[in-house]
Amino acid sequence: MSTQTGYMSREPLLRVVKRAEKPTRQIMLLRAEALVFALVAGGVFILLIGYNPFEIYGTILSGAFRSKMAIQATVKVMIPLLISSLGVTLAFKMKFWNIGAEGQIIAGAICASYFALYHSSWNHVLLVTVMFLAGIVGGGLWGLIPALFRVKWGTNETLFTLMLNYIALHVVNFLRDGPWKDPGSQGFPKIARFDKNAALDKLLGVQIGWVVALALAALVLFYLRSTKHGYEISVVGESSDTARYAGMDVKKIVLRTMFLSGAVCGIAGMVQATGSDITLTNAVAGGVGFTAIIVAWLSRLNPVTIVIVSFLFSVLEKGSSVVQSSFGLSTDCADVLQAVILFFVLGCEFFIRYGFVVRKKGGAA
Amino acid sequence: MAATTEYAIECRKITKRFGSVVANDQIDLDVRYGEILALLGENGSGKTTLMNMLSGIYHPDSGSISIGGQEVTINSPLDAMRLGIGMIHQHFKLVDVFSAMDNIVLGSQEKRLSSKALRERVLGICQSVGLEIDPDKKIYDMSVSEKQTVEILKVLYRSARILILDEPTAVLTPQETEKLFTILRRMREQGCAIIIITHKLQEVLELSDRVTILWKGRSIDTVATAESDQRKLTELMVGRPVSLRINRPEPENVSTVMRIESLFVNKPDGAPALGGISAEVRAGEILGVAGVAGSGQKELCEAIAGLVPVQSGQILFNGENIVGKTPAQIIDLGIHMGFVPEDRLGMGLVASMGMVDNMLLKSYRTSKGVCIDRKPARALAESLVQKLEIVTPGVDTPVRLMSGGNVQKVLLGREIESNPSVLVTAYPVRGLDINSSYVVYDLLNEQKKRGVAVVFVGEDLDVLLELSDRILVLCHGRITGVVDARTATKEQIGLLMTGADSQEVAS
Repeated sequence: MSTQTGYMSREPLLRVVKRAEKPTRQIMLLRAEALVFALVAGGVFILLIGYNPFEIYGTILSGAFRSKMAIQATVKVMIPLLISSLGVTLAFKMKFWNIGAEGQIIAGAICASYFALYHSSWNHVLLVTVMFLAGIVGGGLWGLIPALFRVKWGTNETLFTLMLNYIALHVVNFLRDGPWKDPGSQGFPKIARFDKNAALDKLLGVQIGWVVALALAALVLFYLRSTKHGYEISVVGESSDTARYAGMDVKKIVLRTMFLSGAVCGIAGMVQATGSDITLTNAVAGGVGFTAIIVAWLSRLNPVTIVIVSFLFSVLEKGSSVVQSSFGLSTDCADVLQAVILFFVLGCEFFIRYGFVVRKKGGAA
Repeated sequence: MAATTEYAIECRKITKRFGSVVANDQIDLDVRYGEILALLGENGSGKTTLMNMLSGIYHPDSGSISIGGQEVTINSPLDAMRLGIGMIHQHFKLVDVFSAMDNIVLGSQEKRLSSKALRERVLGICQSVGLEIDPDKKIYDMSVSEKQTVEILKVLYRSARILILDEPTAVLTPQETEKLFTILRRMREQGCAIIIITHKLQEVLELSDRVTILWKGRSIDTVATAESDQRKLTELMVGRPVSLRINRPEPENVSTVMRIESLFVNKPDGAPALGGISAEVRAGEILGVAGVAGSGQKELCEAIAGLVPVQSGQILFNGENIVGKTPAQIIDLGIHMGFVPEDRLGMGLVASMGMVDNMLLKSYRTSKGVCIDRKPARALAESLVQKLEIVTPGVDTPVRLMSGGNVQKVLLGREIESNPSVLVTAYPVRGLDINSSYVVYDLLNEQKKRGVAVVFVGEDLDVLLELSDRILVLCHGRITGVVDARTATKEQIGLLMTGADSQEVAS
């Protein structure tokens, strides 16, 4: 039997071990550490491309907060991000992988824009209310399509929602080049600027969308935590067998939740088009629907945390755009910086639950 | 090779932690060649963890393992294989669409033999230990015991001299178990070292040479089988003296509450699962359901609970047909049905929710308004913790963090609190240790005394015979017999499970 020991290979150099659950304080400390590391790593990157990291970081912060206007701009960036993060959270709670927020935002914006363009003479309050509802219906129906296919034929919602994004995007292009083309633009393909009557009002210098966003955060929190619907979403998300066992109508719940998820994203589109852009462009979503996925997961689907995280994201976004203009740094550099920070912050979640063990010496003794 | 007295495996002070849980605490274990060692312990006592370290799936945090007298480090299942260790898992690891032969060679490190040479070799191994298999049969055509045979062949083909079997008899009929034991004994004669994990004490006493008992992650004792008996083993395993008799109160006021009439149910893939069964479920009685795994027990339970579509037939509940109704509609009819499904965390409970939210699962709809009312659920959860001595850090701790026995208490407790008139339980003691199992038996008996019609789907025939009043035996989706549990024998039920007609058995 002794010949067998000759086979011994070694155990892997590093192996992963699950750690005991840590106290909250330690977890917070770990996250803070991650942020520091992220800043250091980002700093190295900035150094490598020949800038002073302190200066750049300083500019990001001051760029986001240096003046009332800067703060207002930061909040403006935050509005659609916050709303659509709340939207996808509803679906994610149900483990329905809605990565079609982008499309739902656009669908909501298109429906709202119709009224802004063609019924701008209506009473302002009525018009805004109708546009708001149009955003809900547009986004909601766009979200309902993949849900319908999923309940009826078991299609994969990931691909389905993703593809619908591009369809929505090109519908905007079609409208811009065709039926909704601005006659006053001398042939340049764009949709006309909305009438002033169709634009959202401002509160504290920022479009009223921020109030809508915060109200939605409270609403989603309440909906998920304290209502029967919210409870059903959690159960379906955990196991549809359990939901059936409890006598829930799983199909109905999936459809209803995806309508709501899309509807909230649709509100984001409506608010962005009528509040910030005052027109409809194919950049109305502009990737927000994807960033929302990151925000939602980073916040662990907690609406309160989503408010904070989406604010931090907006600071980074607004700050980097200032860096871009004042240092002539390309957008890609700002993206790299954002990615580095995300990498560390997301990566640290791993270390909260796991640790590494370095292999011990020797195989067979 | 003749049996030697040399140690096949020597484990010294093996420790393995998972987070803050110490799964194995300085465990010592040794097995000789030509010996069958039974590993006994309650759930969570660390048996499977220890075996997984021997087969290279986990790595010990400290301690040493010696194989054949040489200290080794087992880093992967491949290492284990090279050291001659073969593990037969509780859940088979076979490729369904491959033939037996393909599965046997799959993953072995040597050059692929021609299929003729291979067949000869496989048949040669079969002959030497007395296994029977058709090497070209596809796995999906095989019965559970045939699949197990393939698993055994798989390790023998890799010339394993040390075999580890994790609860191999859980899925077998008594007759198949006997056959397996004969094979294991023959392998022992040929000098193999065999470790068998099982919960069934009779089997331990019947088969093994020595027994090592684990308790809460520690190896507390190793005894020679010849010098021990059931009572002694149980006491070592549980850590205190226990009574092994299951109570069976005399049924009172028995009356039929539910009548199943020629029920046909298909599996999701369209294959028939229940082929026209008829039965009576009576209040004040425990109806045991026996059968080889997959004989239609799951479909029977789920059809009663309204969870699977029924092809034809009726389930009459006090004269009202509930076939085709959803669980919600059944509840609306005022029929209180308790159902403890086989898959506790995947169906009966929401794993990531605490006890409070799990209490709400079937009752949340009854409260008024759009909001969910957690107050009564919290009170219920707290009273269950008291009444059933549920061990949990708190009623909001996710139930998946609780141990198997406590999870079952939560589930069974909730179903009982809904005051059911029929209580269907599928494998309610599966995976539970002895203490928890007896709590479950007591709870079921209590329900029986209260006049509930209890259906108990079980796998351990000894338990079925001791606990039930009548036993319904399923085989391939048909009822092969309904026997009186007081007079029936294990052999009789075993034969019914394999499809013999009840008249044949009686004669």
